[in-house]
Amino acid sequence: MLYFIIQRMLQSVLVMLVVAAISFALFSYVGDPIEAMTGEDDPIELKQQLRASLGLDQPIPIQFARFVGNAVQGDFGVSYRARQPVMQLIAERFPATMELVFVASLIALFVGIPAGIYTALRRDSPVSYALQTGSLIGISMPTFLTGILLILVFSVWLKVLPSFGRGETVDIGWWSTGFLTVSGLKSLILPSITLGLFSTTLIMRLVRTEMLEVMRTDYIKFARARGLRDRSINFRHAFKNTLVPVVTITGMQVGSLIAFAIITETVFQWPGLGLLFIQAVGNVDIPVMAAYLVLTALMFVVINLAVDILYFFIDPRLRADRAVASGATT
Amino acid sequence: MSAPDVDTTRGFLGRTRDIFARMGRHDLWLSFRSKPVVIVAAIVAGVLILSALAAPLIAPHDPYDMASVSLLYAELPPAWVDGGDPAFPLGTDLQGRDMLSTILYGSRTSILVGAAAVALSLVLGVAAGLVAGYGGGVVDSVLMRIADIQLTFPAILIALLFDGVVSAIFSHGSSDQYALLVIILAIGVSNWVLFARVVRSSTLVEKGKDYVKAARVTGVSSLAILLKHILPNTLGPVLVIATINLALAILGEATLSFLGVGLPPTQPSLGTLIRIGNEYLFSGAWWMTIFPGVTLILLVLSVNLLGDWLRDALNPKLR
Repeated sequence: MLYFIIQRMLQSVLVMLVVAAISFALFSYVGDPIEAMTGEDDPIELKQQLRASLGLDQPIPIQFARFVGNAVQGDFGVSYRARQPVMQLIAERFPATMELVFVASLIALFVGIPAGIYTALRRDSPVSYALQTGSLIGISMPTFLTGILLILVFSVWLKVLPSFGRGETVDIGWWSTGFLTVSGLKSLILPSITLGLFSTTLIMRLVRTEMLEVMRTDYIKFARARGLRDRSINFRHAFKNTLVPVVTITGMQVGSLIAFAIITETVFQWPGLGLLFIQAVGNVDIPVMAAYLVLTALMFVVINLAVDILYFFIDPRLRADRAVASGATT
Repeated sequence: MSAPDVDTTRGFLGRTRDIFARMGRHDLWLSFRSKPVVIVAAIVAGVLILSALAAPLIAPHDPYDMASVSLLYAELPPAWVDGGDPAFPLGTDLQGRDMLSTILYGSRTSILVGAAAVALSLVLGVAAGLVAGYGGGVVDSVLMRIADIQLTFPAILIALLFDGVVSAIFSHGSSDQYALLVIILAIGVSNWVLFARVVRSSTLVEKGKDYVKAARVTGVSSLAILLKHILPNTLGPVLVIATINLALAILGEATLSFLGVGLPPTQPSLGTLIRIGNEYLFSGAWWMTIFPGVTLILLVLSVNLLGDWLRDALNPKLR
């Protein structure tokens, strides 16, 4: 197991280096930072002096090493547009995105899993049929359209929920939270449903397929023959065995929630990382783009690593398999 | 797989045609006829795609002909609502352009961009899959590691980054001109992995079969073996992925255009139309958003249903 985890960690480091190289290439080859920082009329000497002081006259490998070193310390330079340190901008926006993703994940799990179990156990009930049809539409519905439709119904027509922003927030240290005020909570409803809908339908369909598969196995028939109660069969025996794929997909879904937050945040003008990134793309604000890229990649890599490690705790067979596999290779 | 009814004397195109003919002969058609949902999906997709492609012929107005557009008719609601004009069945936008016509032209752009992007992913992915599967070794591990890394990130994020980087490089030029090309590249590049993986695994299977060994023994070059013998036998699953990918590509384009990094208002796609409509949502002009939105959902849903059905119908395990 240790061998496996170390192998996965090395792979993660490799991914991070590739991503760092891409963001570094952004800096080096897309536009000239000196041109971005100085005016047309500044003397050549000043530009050269600035170039030397930023280390831009050094060979590329040294510049890259310096970039990685700074990035590890959380220093991504200064935004071309806002003229503020990039890390400060990101720290301001980070809580907004995380709270949105957190609530959307909760919706996806607490609606998706029960709905999946229900549709698998009661295949022919009208509710199951409605849920199945709804999930098909949910999967074909682009995130931004979900958001627009919700705004149209609940903000424009019914006028019950806010359509943009986070409402009032409360600062706890550097973390600003919208969980503690009524307007903050109300503002969360539409964006989190919008963001969570796709994952909810995906998790529901997955749990349903897996449950149906497991319910057909001899092991469930045997449990029934032993006279166990339905409840115990459904949850202790069947559901437990659907968890491996569900955990994988849920992990990947949290990752894509962070990415799809870009769209939700644009629709609802939610002041999070995604909106920051989209504005950076629009303004060609390279330091912000690079920092977002590296940070998102880091979150993805950490999530994937966590999912891999979780397997060992959920599925005992994997532990045995890996032990044999790693024993064979060493 | 080396079916005897494939005429080996004909060229690549003839052979591909045989593959499709073979697919037509198995119970694909029967399975199609027995599923009403699939028939409806096929009709909806067919009508949407054909009418979009024929937009210049059937659209009641030409939304890009400035002479026929008049501000007098701006912001008219759909014809069946009070104040609507029967000349504009789905209402008009802020410039007085007929919504039905802009939607037809917009779907045309969306479908063409989607199809071009799928074609690009297909070519990239199939080439990578063939090379990785047949070549093996270092090429294989490098290509598949790249695929693994790319799969950890959602395709939309990769497309967004690609788009951002390329438009950053072109920022000093007129990027509107390149927008169409850039968005096709961005979506195409972000979706090649699935093609590559599927083609690689079927190449690995085909490679070990006797007909490939026989071809190699008789001195056929590797390239010819790949293109004439292995490629046609991997096309079944590729067709399924291409169908599902068309839905994904159309959605991806719409999303990028909605975010404002895709197609500019001068070449509106469905996504651009929804973005423009969204800005006037609060003025009560719901038809500017809802109609392009519904068109998009119908298009994606019907193509998705067709893809699902094709996957199940071609899957021998489910038959």
